[in-house]
Parts: sequence; C-alpha cells; structure tokens
Amino acid sequence: MWLRRLGQGVGRTADRLSRPLVDRFRASLQLRVVASTLIASTVLVLIFSFVVAGSVTSGLLTERQDTAVEETENAVERAAEQLAPYGSTTDNTLATTMQRVVNELAEDPVYAPVIVLRTAKGDVTKSHPVSGVAVPSEELQAAVADRKIATQYGEFTLGDEESMPYLVVGSYIDLNIDYELYAFYPLESQQDAIGLLRTNLALAGIALVLLLGVIAALVTRLVVTPVREAARTSQRLAAGLLHERMEVRGSDDLARLAGSFNLMAENLQSQIRRLEEMSMMQRRFTSDVSHELRTPLATIRMAADLLYDNRDDFDPVTKRSTELLQDQINRFEDLLQELLEISRFDSGFASLEVDAVDVGRIAEDVVEGLSHLAGECGVIVTVKKPKRRVIAEVDPRRVQRILRNLVSNAIEHAEGKPVEITVAEGDTAVAVAVRDHGVGLKPGHADRVFDRFWRADPSRNRKTGGTGLGLAISLEDAKLHSGTLQAAGEPGKGTLFVLTLPLQSGNRVIASPIPLRFEAEPAEAATAADKADKEVPHATKD
Amino acid sequence: MRARVLVVDDDPALAEMLGIILRTEGFTPTFVTDGEKALAAFKEHRPDIVLLDLMLPGMSGIDVAKAIRGESGVPIVMLTAKSDTVDIVLGLESGADDYIVKPFKPKELVARIRARLRRGDDVTPERLEIGKPGLQVQIDVPAHQVTLNGAEVKLTPLEFDLLVALARKPRQVFTRQVLLEQVWGYRHSADTRLVNVHVQRLRAKIEPDPERPQLIQTVRGVGYKAGLG
Repeated sequence: MWLRRLGQGVGRTADRLSRPLVDRFRASLQLRVVASTLIASTVLVLIFSFVVAGSVTSGLLTERQDTAVEETENAVERAAEQLAPYGSTTDNTLATTMQRVVNELAEDPVYAPVIVLRTAKGDVTKSHPVSGVAVPSEELQAAVADRKIATQYGEFTLGDEESMPYLVVGSYIDLNIDYELYAFYPLESQQDAIGLLRTNLALAGIALVLLLGVIAALVTRLVVTPVREAARTSQRLAAGLLHERMEVRGSDDLARLAGSFNLMAENLQSQIRRLEEMSMMQRRFTSDVSHELRTPLATIRMAADLLYDNRDDFDPVTKRSTELLQDQINRFEDLLQELLEISRFDSGFASLEVDAVDVGRIAEDVVEGLSHLAGECGVIVTVKKPKRRVIAEVDPRRVQRILRNLVSNAIEHAEGKPVEITVAEGDTAVAVAVRDHGVGLKPGHADRVFDRFWRADPSRNRKTGGTGLGLAISLEDAKLHSGTLQAAGEPGKGTLFVLTLPLQSGNRVIASPIPLRFEAEPAEAATAADKADKEVPHATKD
Repeated sequence: MRARVLVVDDDPALAEMLGIILRTEGFTPTFVTDGEKALAAFKEHRPDIVLLDLMLPGMSGIDVAKAIRGESGVPIVMLTAKSDTVDIVLGLESGADDYIVKPFKPKELVARIRARLRRGDDVTPERLEIGKPGLQVQIDVPAHQVTLNGAEVKLTPLEFDLLVALARKPRQVFTRQVLLEQVWGYRHSADTRLVNVHVQRLRAKIEPDPERPQLIQTVRGVGYKAGLG
C-alpha cells in the first residue's frame, strides 16, 4: 500500500517537474533541434562504436589464434620427438619425461607459457597449477579426442596470478600412447588493446555527441535569433509602434527575411498613414462644411424666425410663404445636423463622453420634453422604471438623442394609442423598451428601419417631417456604447424598440434585461419588465 | 438701462441679423469682426455680456475668451458652428460660461443671454459658509464676494452662482440636470459637459488640491454636493 502511494507521489513530483520542461520544449525551436540532434547522434555513435569495436576485436583474436595454432603444432612435433620412445603408460620414466617436455616447452619463449600434457589414461602433467572453468572444457577435450586441433577462449587463474583471459589450443599427439596437449596463450595484450580502443571510442563518441549538440545549438541560434527578432518586431508593430524595423545583416536568406519584413512594415505604415490622413481630411472637411453651412443657415434661421413671428402682419400669400419657409428651414436644419452626425460616425470620429447617470431620469426628461408633440398627436406616454436609480456609465447626450428619436417616432406612429416606455436593469446591462400600438412593421421591415433614408411607406404623410436618418444615428449611438438597438413589430399592432446598453462603459451587452419579444396584446407587452414597479403617467392632453 | 452686448463674429450678415434681433429685444449691441480687435473693443465698451464666435480670423475665439477672462468675469456665450465635444469643452475650459450651436433660434439665444444677465436681484443679506476651520469658504451673496480662509477669491458670476447653488443646501446632492436648470436656466437637457467643466474650474479656484476635492465633492452616478470637510 505505502509502496503504491510512494509510487504515486513520485509520479506526481515527476509530473510537476517535467511539465515546465515539456512546455519549454514545446515553446523553443532551438531546444527541440538540439535535443533531436543529441538523440540522433548518440544512436549513430553507439552503432558505430559497436561495429568498430566488434570488428577490431575479432580481427585481433583471429590473428592470435592463427599463430597460436601454428605454435601449438610446433610444440606437438617437439613433444612427439621426446615421447616417441615410450610404448606403455606404465613406464616409470614417462612421467619425468612428460614433466620435462612440459617445462621445456613452457620455458621456451617461442611457445605458450603454460602447457598441459595429458595421456589418454588421464595422467596430467602441467607447467602451472591451472584452475578455472573446467580446464580445458569438455567440448575442447571431445574435439581433441577426435584428433583435431581445437581452440577455446576462457578466463583462467594460473597460480597466484589474477584471473585472465586465455586462448587454449588443444592438439592430439598420435604416438604409441595417445597424448593430448593443451597450450594456454595469454590474451592480456589483446585485452589491453581492446580496452584502450573501447575507452577511446567512448571518449570520442561523447565528445562527438556534445560537439554536434553545440553545433546544432549554434546553427539554430543563427536561424532562430532573427526569427525571434522578427516575432518581437511584428508584435511591436501590431501594438502600434509603426516605426519598428528589423536589423538587416549581410545578404543571406535571413537578411532577405528581414528586408522583406521591413518592406511589409514600410507598406503597412504608409497605408496606415494614408488612411489616417484621409480620415483627418474627412474630419476637417466635415468640420469645415459644418461651419461653412451653419453660419449662413444661422442668419437664414434668424431672419425666417423674425418673419414668422410677424406673419400676422403679412398678406395671406406672403404669410403662407413665410410658414413654408419656416417649416423647410426646420427640416433642412435637422437634415444637416443628422448628415453631419452620420459623417462623423463614418469617419470614425464619434467619441463617447461617458458619465455615470440615471437612465430612468433621462427617459423621463425625454418624455417631458416631448409632451408637446404627444399632446398634438393625442398620445398618452407612460414611463415604467425601477424605484431605485438605474446608474449606467453612458454618454448622456447620446442616450437622450436615442430615446428622443425612439419616443418621437413612437408618438408619430402611435395613431393616438398609448406609448409605453419601460426601463429595466439587469446584472450587466440596462434596457429601455419603447412600445407603441400603432402602424407597426411589415414582416422583414424590422431590420430595415435602421437603414439610412429608409421609409416603410414612401407615400405616408409625416407630421414632423423626420429626416430618415434618426434611427440610423440611434443605432450608431447604441453601437458606440457597445450596446444594441433592436426592433420588432406587426402591421397594425404596433412596434417595439429595445435599447440595451452595458452598465459599465467598455463592456459588451450579453443579454438584455428586456428580451425582444413582440406580443400583440397591450397587457402582455406591459409585463415585459416585471422589475419596473413605478408608473409615471404623463398626462399629455394639453 | 439697456444691457450692452459685444458681438464678436466675422460673418457680416450674421452680425447684422444678430444686431436686428438684439435691438428688437432691447439690447445695445456692438460689433467686432476680428479677434485681434475684440479685446480693445471689450475694454472700450465694457459690455455686460459677450457673444463670441469660436472661429475667427486673427485671433481664435479660444484665445479671445482667455484674454477677456484675464480682465474680467463678464459672461461669455460662445457661438459655435462646431458641435464636436473637443471644440465645446475647449471653449468652456478657456472661460466661456455657455455655448449655443449655430444655427440657433433667436428666442433661444435671447433666453440664454437673459439667463446670463439675470442676477444681482438678491438684496436680502445672505451669508453662506462651507468647509471646516482651516478650509473655510465664506460667501457674501449680495456683495458677490467669496473668501477662502479669509482671502478673497475671484470668481466669475457663473462660478459664483454655481457655488451659491451648492452652498445654499450643503450636504444635499445636486444632479447635473438640476444644476443645469438652476444655474444655466436649461430644461430637459442632458448636456452635462457644461456642469463638469465649470465644477472643475470652480474647484481649481477654491480647492487646495483639485484632484482630491473636499469642498465640492462628486457623488458618483448622481452629481455634486458641497462637502463639509
């Protein structure tokens, strides 16, 4: 149990430790290249080392074996000369002779230092005490018994010396008595040579792998550094630092990358500058047009007002002309005002002057300001709003303009039926719904009402002579707040407009406290906001 | 006595029309078409109110407003053909008390002029105080005199009206709409820029640290109140 827990603990620790490493590995191209170079070169070096070490070892041993066999044959001849006279193993002098032969052969530097001579009967004569694995092995003895010359490699301990590798060559001596001769050739020098080779190969391999790693790191650094610089530079460009450029060094591929990157940045910068200039010109033009048109219009306006105030002193024709002049100047003024506003939106120079204000209060002010129009049309306008203030960070002038547009629009199209305004607050948004029960909207017209100069019914006689831009501007105003303005309606049953604005400036509207759900019945429409608990009727029959 | 109005506008037709309207309404207008000459005319005629166009040849309306403010607190109403917030706020900050965007209805202009001239009718002695010892503002309403810790502070008539409106009911929060109605004479307007800019100007004159106001405090989402320390 504790072992499993320990295992889990270790696993978790390893996980924690490895995760940043894995992340770093994923994030860094350089690290990846170096790591894969190291792995690949290690595998290659290992294979190479094994092959080289193997072939050198086998070469050395084969050579030693050839000479050993040759020497053993000579030794067999010399032994045979001395052992030939003996016809029986029972001869007393045989053992002495065998020992002499063995000693002679062992002392002679030409032959192997260790000799074992054996009669078929099993009398063994050794030049040294030999221990170790079944000396010589049964396989070797069997081969020798078959009258062959055979070899064996093995570790043997001779005398007081340490265990050492030896090559054992066994041969059969075919005389009156059968003998077997085993010569032990030490492989010390070969082993040393192979050991040295292995050490050198290992050292060279490690050095090579490290060197390759360093080279890979250096090469990728050469490539990655400009790429990283390009990434940094493009980030800075994206952040608006249009003067950022890459350094161009030499004339290689990376320099070309830097060069074309800079060209791109240059083009971007000049395009943006051009757009900025165009936008500035547009703004200045709008401002100039505004000034140039408004100053004479101000004079016309005052003159017309003066005439209009004195119209009762004129003859009927002049009087009517004065009235027409007054009406059309009003219309012209509204149109100019809204055209300038639209062009300000189009040139992207409309700015939000945010203030924390009570939206309910703005709605009431708007209704109060329009009470005269409502009275003319015989429309009763009611405002439903929560008891407490609905504080939102909005541009009060724009919100007032939107609501004035929506409410005057509703009054105009209400056909004498009541208009209901509902203010409701959600967690993140405030909504104002304006509902009339008049003309309504044909299917498919709900979105088109926000189009510029769009009119549901071109032949319709309009009392206030709206410009056709009011709702388009209202929509732009709502968008500037990151809010929404939607419409829904049915022909003959009225229209519902819902304006939704975020409570905090800079946020977006996710859900409106008043959903855009058109219900034909007036009673149902009134329940659109249950939170609204205060009714403020505005008696507008004056 | 007929109120003297100095009209600074480079458009002769507009100036003439303004003259007709103003005379009909019982004012005595004087005209200047050039910003450079405006200050000299101001010194010569000592008008009761200035109507100032923002775009002028020679010297801009902004600079003229600043120059006049350096001389006196006479009400300035900007006539502007630009309705961009930047232009309006810049004009208000340079010293204008109110603005009217061209084209305007003559009645509206006259109402604005009257609102700015309507004053000095209070004869009942009234002294107001806000603040605490060490940071005390005293207002002598009929004398139009304001002292901060005993030292006199020069306020324009509009700034004075704003301060008096707030100081008459200390601790009560005034919404911007209410202040617009009481001080400027507007109804149903949500143009809070007028209030914001003038509160800032007033704070700059009486607050030790306008960034952290103590005498005139902002109540977020509602408006302003005269604080008591």
